[in-house]
Amino acid sequence: MKEQIVKILTTLRPEFDFTQEGIDFIEEGMIDSFDMVSLVSDLDNTFGISIDGMDILPENFSSIDAIEKLLQKNGVK
Amino acid sequence: MDFQFKHKKISGILTILPHKSVTFEDEMANFNFSPAKSMKLKIAMGYKEHRLAEIGQTSVDFCIYGLQYLFDSGLLSKEDIDAILFVSQSPDYFMPASSNIIQGHFGIKQDCLCMDINQGCAGFEVGLIQSFMLLEQPSINKVILLNADVLSPKVSPKDRNSRPLTGDAAAITIVEKCEEENTIYANIKMDGTGALVLNIPAGGFRLPSSPETAIMEEDAAGNFRSKDNLVMQGDEVFNFVQREVPPMIEHLYKQSGVNREDVDWYMFHQPNKFMLNKLADKLGVPREKMPANIVENFGNASGVTVPTCISYNLGEQLCNQEMLLCMAGFGVGLTWSSIMMKVGNLKFNKIIEF
Repeated sequence: MKEQIVKILTTLRPEFDFTQEGIDFIEEGMIDSFDMVSLVSDLDNTFGISIDGMDILPENFSSIDAIEKLLQKNGVK
Repeated sequence: MDFQFKHKKISGILTILPHKSVTFEDEMANFNFSPAKSMKLKIAMGYKEHRLAEIGQTSVDFCIYGLQYLFDSGLLSKEDIDAILFVSQSPDYFMPASSNIIQGHFGIKQDCLCMDINQGCAGFEVGLIQSFMLLEQPSINKVILLNADVLSPKVSPKDRNSRPLTGDAAAITIVEKCEEENTIYANIKMDGTGALVLNIPAGGFRLPSSPETAIMEEDAAGNFRSKDNLVMQGDEVFNFVQREVPPMIEHLYKQSGVNREDVDWYMFHQPNKFMLNKLADKLGVPREKMPANIVENFGNASGVTVPTCISYNLGEQLCNQEMLLCMAGFGVGLTWSSIMMKVGNLKFNKIIEF
């Protein structure tokens, strides 16, 4: 799952390295609110889910682990 | 706050759209985004094209054009109008009310209640609820509900939050008494603590427009706008909608005793396609039952999106049969409102261009 998340993020913002450890994607300006919209659409389509609108919060997109947890919460195994 | 009405109906809807269409690609260079990112956003949000009024055209002009069309076509008689409700955020003047201007333009009888309501995204629902209330009076048999907004002159061309989704339009809805019981269920909530989440800072009495308020400034996200321009805190609006709208609709099901699958169409306000799809998924409603094609093709004209959605997607069909509609509006105020009612056998339900 992690690899797929990195692939989606890299396609969205190719100028950043999303494999770096300990980086907060939001604080570092790697993902903004508009990226979150595109990211949610891509994650929904890739994993065949619909991420709950209430979960579209910056803290759920701040790292690969956070995104992975979000996907698991929304039914991705 | 819940409402229930009987012996009231919608008997016609006319949507008036500007003839000028601008595509997302036409304006893309104005936004502080890479073309690739813009195109991804275009797909997710449903930014295809939007209709914009010509310079100098106002909301009142659109209403007058539409009413003239109805009079000329024999679809509405001036003598039958007992009340004119003008629901808008873009009146011609601070004073007088635009509804009075429209009444005067057509020489409509003096026994006519004219009322302006300052409402935006929930303006259709607020206008309908007010119309139903007026129709409780013995002296009022027919209300002309005018939803109109020409807000594009107030939206910065370099504001990627608001510009791509802004549309101008008007809709005329005829609301009247009927013999059939036709029970209508409605509810509304408001939260003024969020009033400035969507606002135009300057131009009123609190901060009059001046050369200083016209200065363009860049925000943290790279948008350029002045205090004379509309500002929308997109994240706040999104969170508000996702938090408040699903429970409101669940409440409407209970209030009306209607099951979600019995609703023929969910005609919701359309801020963007992404937000609507999320709402449909959350409510467990098939996306095809909640059209998101108005903001995509015409833009978001505040309280006009719901009647436009009905005219565009149901058109003539709604003149020949009756359907159960769940309508909802949410936004500026903050205001959120929904209505469950049967609509059908309309005298007209169409779109014209101005």
